Amino acid sequence: MELVEAIILSVLAASTPLLIAATGELVTERSGVLNLGVEGMMIVGAACGFGGAWLTGSIFIGALSGIIAGTLMSLIFALMALGLAVNQVATGLALTILGIGLSGLIGAGFVGERLTPAAQLHIPGLTDVPLIGRVLFGQDAFVYFSIALIIGVWWFLYRTRAGLILRACGDNHVSAHALGYPVLRIRTLAVMFGGACAGLAGAYLPLAYTPFFIPGMTAGRGWIALALVVFASWRPGRLVIGAYLFGAVTILQLHAQGWGVGIPSQFMSALPYLATVVVLVLLSRARTGGSTAPAALGTAFVPDR
Amino acid sequence: MPALQRMLDPTPSGPHSGESPLLRTVGLTKRYGDFLANDSIDIDVWPKEIHALLGENGAGKSTLVKAIYGLIQPSAGEIRWQGERIVLSGPAEARSRGIGMVFQHFSLFDNLTVAENVALGLDGKESFKDMSARLEQVSKTYGLPLDPKREVWQLSVGERQRIEIVRALMQDPKFLILDEPTAVLTPQEADQLFVVLERLKAEGRAILYISHKLEEVKRLCDTATILRGGRKIQTCNPRLETAASLARMMVGGEIKEVKPAAGRKTTIPRLVVNDLTLAPDEAHGVRLAHISFELKGGEILGIAGVAGNGQDELFAALSGERLSKDPGTIVIEGVAAGHLSITKRRKLGAAFVPEERLGHGTAPRMKLSENALLTGHAASGMVNHGFIDTAATLKTVDKATETFDVRKAKRDPEAASLSGGNLQKFIVGREILRNPAVLVVSQPTWGVDAGAAAVIRQALLDLATAGAAVLVTSQDLDELAEIADRIAVMFHGRLSAPLEASEATREKLGLLMGGSSLEPKEAAHAVGA
Repeated sequence: MELVEAIILSVLAASTPLLIAATGELVTERSGVLNLGVEGMMIVGAACGFGGAWLTGSIFIGALSGIIAGTLMSLIFALMALGLAVNQVATGLALTILGIGLSGLIGAGFVGERLTPAAQLHIPGLTDVPLIGRVLFGQDAFVYFSIALIIGVWWFLYRTRAGLILRACGDNHVSAHALGYPVLRIRTLAVMFGGACAGLAGAYLPLAYTPFFIPGMTAGRGWIALALVVFASWRPGRLVIGAYLFGAVTILQLHAQGWGVGIPSQFMSALPYLATVVVLVLLSRARTGGSTAPAALGTAFVPDR
Repeated sequence: MPALQRMLDPTPSGPHSGESPLLRTVGLTKRYGDFLANDSIDIDVWPKEIHALLGENGAGKSTLVKAIYGLIQPSAGEIRWQGERIVLSGPAEARSRGIGMVFQHFSLFDNLTVAENVALGLDGKESFKDMSARLEQVSKTYGLPLDPKREVWQLSVGERQRIEIVRALMQDPKFLILDEPTAVLTPQEADQLFVVLERLKAEGRAILYISHKLEEVKRLCDTATILRGGRKIQTCNPRLETAASLARMMVGGEIKEVKPAAGRKTTIPRLVVNDLTLAPDEAHGVRLAHISFELKGGEILGIAGVAGNGQDELFAALSGERLSKDPGTIVIEGVAAGHLSITKRRKLGAAFVPEERLGHGTAPRMKLSENALLTGHAASGMVNHGFIDTAATLKTVDKATETFDVRKAKRDPEAASLSGGNLQKFIVGREILRNPAVLVVSQPTWGVDAGAAAVIRQALLDLATAGAAVLVTSQDLDELAEIADRIAVMFHGRLSAPLEASEATREKLGLLMGGSSLEPKEAAHAVGA
C-alpha cells in the first residue's frame, strides 16, 4: 500500500516538469512554430531558478527567475526564427546547445549548494487519508499549477477567439495574414509563452524535485516534452495522459531496476520516444483526411508589405 | 492623353453626375524597389455597378486590390471612400468601412470548420453562437448552402468559394472585390455565382470583378478598366467592345492566332490506357477508377474537369511518378509500361510536362541547362559514360530559347528567375525538342500571358502534326476547344468517354464536369482499345 502511494507520488513529481514544458511547446507549435530549444530553455530556467531562490531564499522568486530566463531564451529564438526567418530547426537546436553551455556558466557557483524544497500542501484530515490523501492534497504548488495551466490552455485554444486566431496562424499563415491578423506578433507571443513554461519546468527541478543544482540536470526532459506534444497529437487532453504516462515510465524504470527485472534501463529510457513513433504511425494510418499537426508547423513566414 | 482618356470614360457623365463615386483611387502608385507594380492608377467605382478589372498576369490587378483592401500601403496617390480620403491601416479597417474581398487563392484554414473560418473573417464582436445562426441565415438568403460544422478540407472548391463569399457578405459590404472567382468553377457553378452577383448589384452594392475571361466580363460587367504593365490603359463599357478589342487593350497588340495545320492524319495508337485503377497514396488524394482511352499519333486529346478530380493522380500514373501493379494498364508505343519508371518511359519516347512549373517541372534554384539535363538525361545524349556533357545541355537551352522565344536575362539563368510564361515556354520546349512520340502535358498555359500561351498552343499543334500523340489536361475550356481533337472530362477519379471537339459544347462539358453523365451507358464504357 505504501509502496503504491510512493510510486504514485514519485510519478506525479516526475511528470510535472514534462507537463509544464510540453504545455508551453503545444501552444508554440499550435501557432505554427517548431521550437526545438525546449531542453536549452529548461536548463537555463533550472540554473536561474535555483540562483533566484538561493539568493533570496524565496521559492516564488526562484520560479519567477526561471520563467523570466526561459522567456528571454525564447526571445532569442523569436528574433532569429521569426524576425529574421532563419530555419526553425537549426535555430532550436542551436538554442539548446547555447542553453546547456549558458546554464553551466550561470550555475557554476551554485553547484553543491542546497535549498529547502518547495513546501507541500497540508490540509489536516484530508491529507492524511491513506493512499489518495497525499496524492490529491499533499502536493507542492507547481503540481496544482501545472494542472490549472493545461486546463487554461485547453479553454484558451478552443473557447476563446484569441485561441482560434492562434490556431489559424498555425494552420495557414498566408490566409491569416490576408485576413489582417499580425501573424508574427501572435507567433512571438506563443513562443514567449513556450519559453516561460519551459523555464518554469526547468526551475521546478532544483526547487521541488531535487533541492540542488547540477549541470545538465534536465537530462533530456526537454526532448521528452517535445516528443510528448507529438504523442498528444497537439491536443491538450491527450497531453495530460501522455505526460503522466511518460512520467510513469521514467519512474517504473527505477523501480524495475530495484526489483531486479531484467529489462535494460536504456530500453526503458527509450520507451517515450518509441511510444511517440508508434503513436505517429497509428495516427497517420487512422487518419481519413486533414492534418493532425498544425499545417504551417515549422515554416517561416515573411509578410510582403 | 489624360484628357482623351477622360472623354472615353463613360462613368463620370450620365447616370452618376452630381454624386461622388463609392470608391475612387487617384494616382495610386505602388513601387517595389525599381519596379512599378501600379503606376498612377485612377479608377472610379459606383454603387450598383459591377466593375471589371482586366489585365494579363503581372498587369497590377492584384496589387491594386490589395491596396484597396488595406493589405499593402500605396507608395503614392490616394484612395477616396465616399468622397473622403482614407488611409487603411489593414484589412480589418477596410472591412469595418464596408470593403469586402473574396480571394483567388482562398484565405481559408483547411483544418478549421466552416463556422470557425467565417468567424476569423469577422471582427468578433458577436458571440460564436450568434455568428453561426447568422451564417446559416445569410447562406440561405443568397442560396449558398453550407454546413457550418464541416472542416474545410472535406469541401469541394466550389463550396470553399461559397465560404469566402458568405464570409464577405456577413459584413454587409458596400463594396465587394472578387479576384478571378470563376477560375476554379464549372460553367454551371459560374452561372450560379453570376446570379448571386446580379442580386448583390440590385441591392445597391458595388463589385470590383477581376478577371481575364473576356466573354464573362462582357456578359456580367457594366464597366471595365484595363490595366497593362502596371498602368491603366482605359475604362470602357465592355458591352460596347468586342472580345478582340478588349484583348488588344490587355495585350497591347494583336495576339497571334493559333492555326491547326491542315491535313493532320492520325496514325497508330501511341498511348493506350486500359482500365487503370489506382488508390490514392495520400489523405487528400483521389482514387482513379477504371480509366481507359486510346490516343493515336497525330491526335490531341483534351482532359477537362474541375481541379482536384484526379487529374494530378492521372498525370502521376502516366508519367511513372506512381507505378501501377499491372503493367498492361498503360501502354506506351506498344510496350506495357504501367510498372516502368519515369526514365524507362522517357526512353520509350514519352515526355511529360507537369502543372507546377517551379518545384515539379523544374528545380527552381538550378540553372536551365541543369534542368534540361534532369529530364533529358535518359535519352538525349547529354550524359557520356556517367559524365555530363555540359555543351549538349547548353545547346538544348539555346535551341529552346530560339525556337520558343524564351526571354531571359542571361544565357543560362536559374529557373526561378524566369517569368511564368517564359519558364513554361522553356519547359514545353525542352520536352518537344526531344521529339517525343507521346507528350503528356498538364495545364500548359495556366497563369501564362496570352502571347506565351499562343506560342505554347501552337507548339502542341505542330507536335501533333509531326505525328506525336498529345494528351492535354486543362481547366480552360477555351484552350481545349482551340487545340484538342477530342475532349474527355474527369470527375471524381473517373474519365468520361471522349467527345469529338466539334460536339463538345460548354453545356455538355459543364454537365460532365459537375458529375452528371450525358448518357449513362457511355460514361461507363469508355472507348475500347
